[in-house]
Amino acid sequence: MNFDLTEEQQMLNDSLRRFVANEYSFEKRGEIIKSGKGTDPATWSAFAEMGLLGFTFPEDYDGLGGNAVDTLVVMENFGRGLVVEPYLATVVLAGGLVRDLGNDAQKADVLPAITMGERLMAFAHSEPGARYNLEHVHTTARKDGDHFLISGHKTAVLHGGQANQLIVSARTSGTATDKQGLSLFIVDADSKGVKVDDFATHDGHRIADISFSNVTVSADNLLGEIDNAFPHIEKAIDLGIAAVCAEAVGAMEAMNAATLEYIKTRKQFGVPIGKFQVLQHRMADMFIQTEQSKTMAILAATEADSDDRASRREAISMAKTLVGQGARYVAQEGVQLHGGMGVTEEMFAAHLFKRLTLINLLFGDADHHLAQVSDGLLAASA
Amino acid sequence: MDLNYTPEQEAFRAEVQQFLDENLPDDIRERVQKRLRPDKAMTERWQKILFDKGWGASTWPEEFGGTGWDPIQQIIFEEECALAGAPRQLDFGLRMVAPVIMTFGNDEQKQRFLPGILSGEDWWCQGYSEPGAGSDLASLRTSAKLEGDHYIVNGQKTWTTLGQHADWIFCLVRTSNEGKPQQGISFLLIDMNTPGIDVKPIIMLDGEHEINEVYFDNVKVPAENLIGEENQGWTYAKFLLGHERTGLANVGQWKATMKRLKEVARQEQDGQRPLIENTRFRDRLAQLDAELRALELTVLRVLTDKRGPGPQASILKIRGTEIGQQLFEMLMEAGGQDAIAHIPEALELDYKGPRAGSMEATPAAGDYFNMRKLSIFGGSNEIQRNIIAQLVLGL
Repeated sequence: MNFDLTEEQQMLNDSLRRFVANEYSFEKRGEIIKSGKGTDPATWSAFAEMGLLGFTFPEDYDGLGGNAVDTLVVMENFGRGLVVEPYLATVVLAGGLVRDLGNDAQKADVLPAITMGERLMAFAHSEPGARYNLEHVHTTARKDGDHFLISGHKTAVLHGGQANQLIVSARTSGTATDKQGLSLFIVDADSKGVKVDDFATHDGHRIADISFSNVTVSADNLLGEIDNAFPHIEKAIDLGIAAVCAEAVGAMEAMNAATLEYIKTRKQFGVPIGKFQVLQHRMADMFIQTEQSKTMAILAATEADSDDRASRREAISMAKTLVGQGARYVAQEGVQLHGGMGVTEEMFAAHLFKRLTLINLLFGDADHHLAQVSDGLLAASA
Repeated sequence: MDLNYTPEQEAFRAEVQQFLDENLPDDIRERVQKRLRPDKAMTERWQKILFDKGWGASTWPEEFGGTGWDPIQQIIFEEECALAGAPRQLDFGLRMVAPVIMTFGNDEQKQRFLPGILSGEDWWCQGYSEPGAGSDLASLRTSAKLEGDHYIVNGQKTWTTLGQHADWIFCLVRTSNEGKPQQGISFLLIDMNTPGIDVKPIIMLDGEHEINEVYFDNVKVPAENLIGEENQGWTYAKFLLGHERTGLANVGQWKATMKRLKEVARQEQDGQRPLIENTRFRDRLAQLDAELRALELTVLRVLTDKRGPGPQASILKIRGTEIGQQLFEMLMEAGGQDAIAHIPEALELDYKGPRAGSMEATPAAGDYFNMRKLSIFGGSNEIQRNIIAQLVLGL
């Protein structure tokens, strides 16, 4: 057993830590968000140059052959600086699906383009009313000669409005509750019949509602086997969960650092408020929650690439449950310990709070994942 | 012992309901129920409607133009207003400064200030906290020096809720540096239109402008605006905070929010079923429902206690704010991933553009963020626990 980063990962960590500290200030982040573009070309190019965008792609396609532990290192640093670039959408979710399911032509087209920083991607899966049920897909893809016609409505598409290409899940058979019958397609975002409503998010990212109205897609753009996409959708989401767990840990560490600094300097009743035992214990609990979450983010990262579905899903759901609860605690108490300052837009802590809160809603909240673990227990005892 | 309302109280409830049915304007109701951006004109219009009915101040005695209602009637009124979708009346005038003026002000001050509060013509805000004086309120430094028949006020107040609309501010100011910090504080009413006052917005984490910083630069305030005696302000401040805390339990608002949360849980889908059929979500809803019931009855128990609310009011502030925060957290969770989008334009009544998910999901996360203030303001919940520990438990 070994919790150490490899030498390469350590280097990645060091250079990213420097980048976030030196090149990605709170003010600069604010400007990027204000631009409404959802991505900063200079930052994205820097990521490409650092090799971040292809880290987890195979070497045959200009990647570095990395894994979810590399993603953990990247996302922790992103969490620390609240980086709002479309890394999760492009590299982890959509890129991961093409890496795992693409044929040679698809991989050769997509992966080097992502790696070079020339293409943004998004995964359009969730639908109205689906909540966190991954099989709930009404969008259809009807075969028409050598094409498919896609129609339906996708919601909560992370950075969907910025993507050049979308990976779209659609039903090629079965009904909305079936796990069988789902397929994935690579769809150009500017295809006829694609309508995108791009929204800001409370935490500085972008999210889109996308409708598809008889969008014609070549059969060559079918990603993976027809009707059998469900296990791959689960795995893509699991990779996404492992990534946001790591991001949450970075943000929790940043919240603890900011809060610690605040309670050491803010004076009331003639002393720094950090001298009050009740606040010391609160801070100690924030630290405990963060360490526990860090452990679980590591578990999620080491399991996320696994094809042993039951073991992977259990680990991922345990991680998302505890990280979600820990993130909630650290976010709420971080704000509380900042007092009135904590609820103002000018404080970094307020932004950490928002991101930590919304990470809990991404890909299933703590309740949802506790239910997954609980259902697993029941199934195992049957 | 009997926890039922009397027939007279039920009749009173019906009377309030009928009044609300007939007099609460639809656009106001819609704005409140959809949790759209609050609006000054809306608050003023509603106060005027209540005033015309003679119900402008549900907590005031009749001699000052109030309703003279007993605590139970006040609670029934507040609850029915919230359930009907009426906007909150402005506490700063009605529930905070007015009781101070009634109790410690002179006759002239009563005649001068209370009518404007009652009719809603005068918008009041609170000048208590300062950048260096939050939980440690008594360390405040904004100074007022008597020169002839005026005080000259210098300093800065912060977290001034809705101060951007205010005609008047009630301030705690330092008139003496002798003795303990509490001993040199006075309670001063200041016209916001006086030269030398500068109001600067503080944007909150939900992106909205609700609070402000207020700067005082050689502001001339007539000495007749001093409430009670000089250097006795701390006594009046504590009296006011006791009133504020009871109001912060907010049971009526939370009952309306709970009703909405239950509706949302029935409307939002969790795949093939409504969210209310998700047992984990429903169990938490049930827990919160029980806690809200307990809060409601505890408020009634405290308010009907003939000894009046003492330090026990801190219990109401703590539980009321914790329950309120959880209600809004669950509303956000009910919205799921749709609650992530931030569409500030959609907080206006005439918004017709796209939104992510349901109407309910649109304000949900912003509301949750905003409600973090509840456990911080009005004396943070840590300070309330200190009060219980020291004044109730004698620790």
